Amino acid sequence: MKFQIDDVTVYFPYDYIYPEQYSYMVELKRALDAKGHCLLEMPTGTGKTIALLSLITSYSLSKPQTSIKLIYCTRTVHEMEKTLAELKLLHNYQIKHLGPQARILAIGLSSRKNLCVNPTVLAAENRDSVDAGCRKLTASWVRAMAAENPNVPTCQFFENYERAASAAVLPPGVYTLQDLRVFGKEKGWCPYFLARHMVQFANVVVYSYQYLLDPKVAGIISKEMQKESVVVFDEAHNIDNVCIEALSVSVRRQTLEGATRNLNRISQEIDRFKATDASRLRAEYNRLVEGLALRGNLPITDNWLSNPALPDDILKEAVPGNIRRAEHFLHVLRRLVQYLRGRLDTENVEKESPVSFVASINSHAGIDQKTLKFCYDRLHSLMLTLEITDTDEFLHIQTICDFATLVGTYGRGFSIIIEPFDERMPHIPDPILQLSCHDASLAIKPVFDRFQSVVITSGTLSPIDLYPRLLNFHPVVSRSFTMSLTRDCICPMVLTRGSDQLPVSTKFDMRSDPGVVRNYGKLLLEMVSVVPDGIVCFFVSYSYMDGIINTWNDSGILKEIMQHKLVFIETQDVVETTLALDNYRRACDCGRGAVFFSVARGKVAEGIDFDRHYGRLVIMFGVPFQYTLSKILLARLEYLRDTFQIKEGDFLTFDALRQAAQCVGRVIRSKADYGMMIFADKRYSRHDKRSKLPSWILSHLRDVNLNLSTDMALHIAKEFLRKMAQPYEKVGGSGRKTLLSEEDLEKMGDGGMDDMLH
Amino acid sequence: MASAHVTKRAKYKTTIKDPGTPGTLRMTFEKILFVPHNPKSAGKLDVEFRYIKGQKHTKEGSNKPPWLNLTNNQNGSFIFEFENYSDLQECRDFVGKVLAKGGEVSEKPTVAYPDEQLSATEMELRIKLLQEDSELQKLHKQFVLSGVLTETEFWATRKKLLDREASKKTKQRLGFKSAMISDIKPSTDGRTNKVTFNLTPEVILQIFAEKPAVHRAFLSYVPNKMSERTFWTKYFRAEYLHSTKNSIAAAAEGAEDEELAVFLKQDDILASEARKKIRRVDPTLDMEADEGDDYTHLPDHGIFREGNKEMTESQNELYKRSLSQDINRHAAVVLEGRAVDVELEDTKAVAEALAQSKQKSSNKGESGGDTSRERLDRLSRMTEIEDLQGPNTLPLAPLCIKDPRDYFDSQQANALRTSGDALGGIEQIKCGLSTQEVYGSLRESISLIKAMGLKEPIVKPEVAHQVFDALTNSISNTKYHIGKNPQESILDRLPRKTKEELLHHWTSILELLKHFWASYPITTAYLYAKVNRLKDAMSNIYPQLEEIKGSVPSELRHQVSLLVRPMHQALDAAIQHYEASMQKRSAQSGERPNGYV
Repeated sequence: MKFQIDDVTVYFPYDYIYPEQYSYMVELKRALDAKGHCLLEMPTGTGKTIALLSLITSYSLSKPQTSIKLIYCTRTVHEMEKTLAELKLLHNYQIKHLGPQARILAIGLSSRKNLCVNPTVLAAENRDSVDAGCRKLTASWVRAMAAENPNVPTCQFFENYERAASAAVLPPGVYTLQDLRVFGKEKGWCPYFLARHMVQFANVVVYSYQYLLDPKVAGIISKEMQKESVVVFDEAHNIDNVCIEALSVSVRRQTLEGATRNLNRISQEIDRFKATDASRLRAEYNRLVEGLALRGNLPITDNWLSNPALPDDILKEAVPGNIRRAEHFLHVLRRLVQYLRGRLDTENVEKESPVSFVASINSHAGIDQKTLKFCYDRLHSLMLTLEITDTDEFLHIQTICDFATLVGTYGRGFSIIIEPFDERMPHIPDPILQLSCHDASLAIKPVFDRFQSVVITSGTLSPIDLYPRLLNFHPVVSRSFTMSLTRDCICPMVLTRGSDQLPVSTKFDMRSDPGVVRNYGKLLLEMVSVVPDGIVCFFVSYSYMDGIINTWNDSGILKEIMQHKLVFIETQDVVETTLALDNYRRACDCGRGAVFFSVARGKVAEGIDFDRHYGRLVIMFGVPFQYTLSKILLARLEYLRDTFQIKEGDFLTFDALRQAAQCVGRVIRSKADYGMMIFADKRYSRHDKRSKLPSWILSHLRDVNLNLSTDMALHIAKEFLRKMAQPYEKVGGSGRKTLLSEEDLEKMGDGGMDDMLH
Repeated sequence: MASAHVTKRAKYKTTIKDPGTPGTLRMTFEKILFVPHNPKSAGKLDVEFRYIKGQKHTKEGSNKPPWLNLTNNQNGSFIFEFENYSDLQECRDFVGKVLAKGGEVSEKPTVAYPDEQLSATEMELRIKLLQEDSELQKLHKQFVLSGVLTETEFWATRKKLLDREASKKTKQRLGFKSAMISDIKPSTDGRTNKVTFNLTPEVILQIFAEKPAVHRAFLSYVPNKMSERTFWTKYFRAEYLHSTKNSIAAAAEGAEDEELAVFLKQDDILASEARKKIRRVDPTLDMEADEGDDYTHLPDHGIFREGNKEMTESQNELYKRSLSQDINRHAAVVLEGRAVDVELEDTKAVAEALAQSKQKSSNKGESGGDTSRERLDRLSRMTEIEDLQGPNTLPLAPLCIKDPRDYFDSQQANALRTSGDALGGIEQIKCGLSTQEVYGSLRESISLIKAMGLKEPIVKPEVAHQVFDALTNSISNTKYHIGKNPQESILDRLPRKTKEELLHHWTSILELLKHFWASYPITTAYLYAKVNRLKDAMSNIYPQLEEIKGSVPSELRHQVSLLVRPMHQALDAAIQHYEASMQKRSAQSGERPNGYV
């Protein structure tokens, strides 16, 4: 269908549209018009992504003179693939209606691991080895060597791509990662470098958060994006954590040992170069005198993860004199490692601010703040000069330099915490030095500064006024949409008591109580016998899940559960979890359904949908609070309290509840879908906890469902499932319409719309 | 019959609590003989079968041991405990056979009919069918035992039932049990610390399927390097070490014993299979790809020691195996289903068959390069929002069950029709197809089948779903036409007894009519006799129907007579036909060409 929003003709690839999608687009358009940032919360299962995509592409189609680029950030690769698939649908629709003028280029960008088609490189185990494997074949000096000596292996795909030079372009269209690989294979061009090259010409770029937020990556990938771009962060409820993680580094004994090995290796290389090719080192020295800015002219393949701190002025400054010479720099690094080793040998937990830490480095190791700041880039330059290709071997020294640069750059918003052991295992000495970032706004600030519109959207952004404070920005539009439902297709319940009427909770003093574990087991057992298709269970942590599964196994509950449904479990091994999920889906496809055990805050909870028959019931066992004894968390809470006046308890509850809401929210995909959600913990019945849930869940949580025991929950579940099995009218009953057709939109005009929706 | 007797080891108990006397149970068609192993102990038993009235037995999977309880006609009982369920099943079937036979023999009519020699299996099948279906049993009793129909005639119209029953047996393949095999608990003798595991080929197959490394080890070690017994001993030793969750001890033992280490280590075949499988995984849940794109989590980057990140011991990682892994693996194997389709007898055979089937499937996996297509399909299926799409206009013809109720409740439908309530609403579903379309789609699907062979599913699921939708819709529509709850039919308002009688009469009338009409034209004396028998039986039903009508309360009488009317009509038609043909016959009877009666 197509319709007008003010002056923009929106092309929407479906015959109907939800009213909330329409108003979402209206708000989004206001933000684009105002050239400002916005914050939009809309429940899962209302088609956020497609609404976003179709408005922004239609917006740029209607204004051909200003080319607006869309940078769409997803948290995971599979979300990236899904977004591109939706975009493909939309693009086909637009071409059908507008013809060739609607053509756009949209690509997904990922690491070499996901894009490489060279079988020898791909054989490597992990990402870093793939990166290194690629560099070994494509680095400029390797290729120069290969030109002279045909026995030096190179990558055929990259050579073909280079030979094609400017002819190597992607024709317009929407390319998922899979499509890119297929295209690359067909043409014999390297899809990774082709995609990297095409990023600057593409109308839509879909990639992961870090490509914008993590300065190490952002520096090389995203530096050429124009200001007029619209940046979208989808599923952004965790964005503050991503920002914080992007700027946090930790150093352990292993890191220091590895770094020492790396330094020895580098010093050997330097000696070798001195003997054979001293002019290279001298050239580097001269280059450094002029400043690091020259790096911009490096060949694309030599690019490395960029400076973690990113301030532009660093590129214009010249490198301090004391580290311009390779051996001097090496010496500085050795002193730094030595100093860190000394700091790790501590008996007590220490907490320090970066400023005093830098001062102490200066007095003990004689390295000043400016030198620290340049470490990362200096190392990068040195490794290029030394023509080191197996970069995966040098991760440790990179970590150290990353640490040094961060510590030297930021004076506030960080703290350094040294712990001699993990307090859950006090008998095992495992000292760790952590530079942890507390201020999410630091990492995202460049993004807000640089791009004119940044859209932050998710299914759970409640309370919506907290995010602008955490991220320190001023949205021009900040709205939370509710969901208009054709029928009550979600059924949240709070279960406070087990079948024996005793309270259930994962509170610290109760979680290992055998009665609670048994009650949880009985709850699941009753539910598997009643609920068809898929059931998903979320636990508060891996260790808790492991414990409870073992107990259930010993007491035979697991066996009884298995008589009804197959059981799959998320583990810390990603490959195994992926296969388990795939099998889970297949089990749901073939009829009897299955149970999936997962962990809140885990990888599955973050991005896998359990819609339709893949999830008819979600059980959240307990409240997923963070581990409150963590020193880092305490430091962050303190910072939040002092800087933003956010109370510790409030933040913890907010964080736990957004995770819980995120877990249970994954069951709904559309209004035709239905699902139940059980919050199994007595603490959910308290108002201060419950009220932090997003409004679209709260509005369906009836008072009678607030304090249930297992048998009552079972009864409600049976009733609900029976009700959902009845045929219903899709468009919605009398009064409110929940599906709008093209005529409906036309009829309403501008004035009637608001009455309809609110 | 195949075997005229059964001999099993069993324990004879006089009561349930009784520990029982071990001995041998021997059953023939005539009697049950129990001889204890210890000749001195009491409990010898010699009972004739005709005194046995019935049998009860414990179910497999319940916690009780395999017991067979035979009751005699003085309400006494004999309890036998068998060693396992297959023995019990054999005896149970035997007793069932004898009991059923006993009933037949005693009431067998004296008239001789052309009889056939039944094989034992066929007999068994019939008996089983009768046992399973009480209605069929009732009919059988009513007609066959009273001599209206012969055994052969009765079954001749149910050939399909027999066939299907037989074919079902061979067709359905059992899957794996959903319970984990780690549940095989050892039995102890209570005195020493020795434990005994009871391995069946079934369990072994499952172990092999779930743990390819064990399978490979078995193929290479047994019997050249070690006996099967030592193999399994080692295996369970390893399992025991895992169950103690002491990875250090496991590592220590594994270091000493190289074969034991095979069981203790992580399964390398599984790991390589996983890497292969991950390429075929649905891209919407491929978390492995995320890992590859995650530059924040370089080693030591990000927040390290946080609550939700668990510490793992890096040493002895090789010997660590978690319950979760086992559960996932088990579920995956169950989902894959059983690849081996051989009689499970010998471990060696099991191992080899599994190896072969694996070979086959891996060959297939390599040749099938169409995975990317499938991945894309799955991707688009995951992204579409179904209810925003307009009405799906797949070409289809609605499945028109003239009267949906017919489908659920034949009696009700009849009652409705006779009361003249037209079911107009159903016909309103428009047939969305023109003849050309139908023809076109038929041609298309034929050519598709020609090109690719029959594929599953034959009908597109979307189309099937839509047809089904239309059907349920029309069914829910009919309730407005009747104005009543569809679940509540007239029959339900009748007294239970009357209802059952009516239903029974209806089925027996149908049975009689079926035979009646099947015997026309009468060509042999045998058919003539049969028709006479049937007619007599039918005329007996009239007064019974009248009786029913009389017995119901007056307010329901109208409805009952509505229900009875079609039965009357059907019977009337048959009798009319009979009389007409009789008249014709008697007109011709002067000639008596063949000398028949």
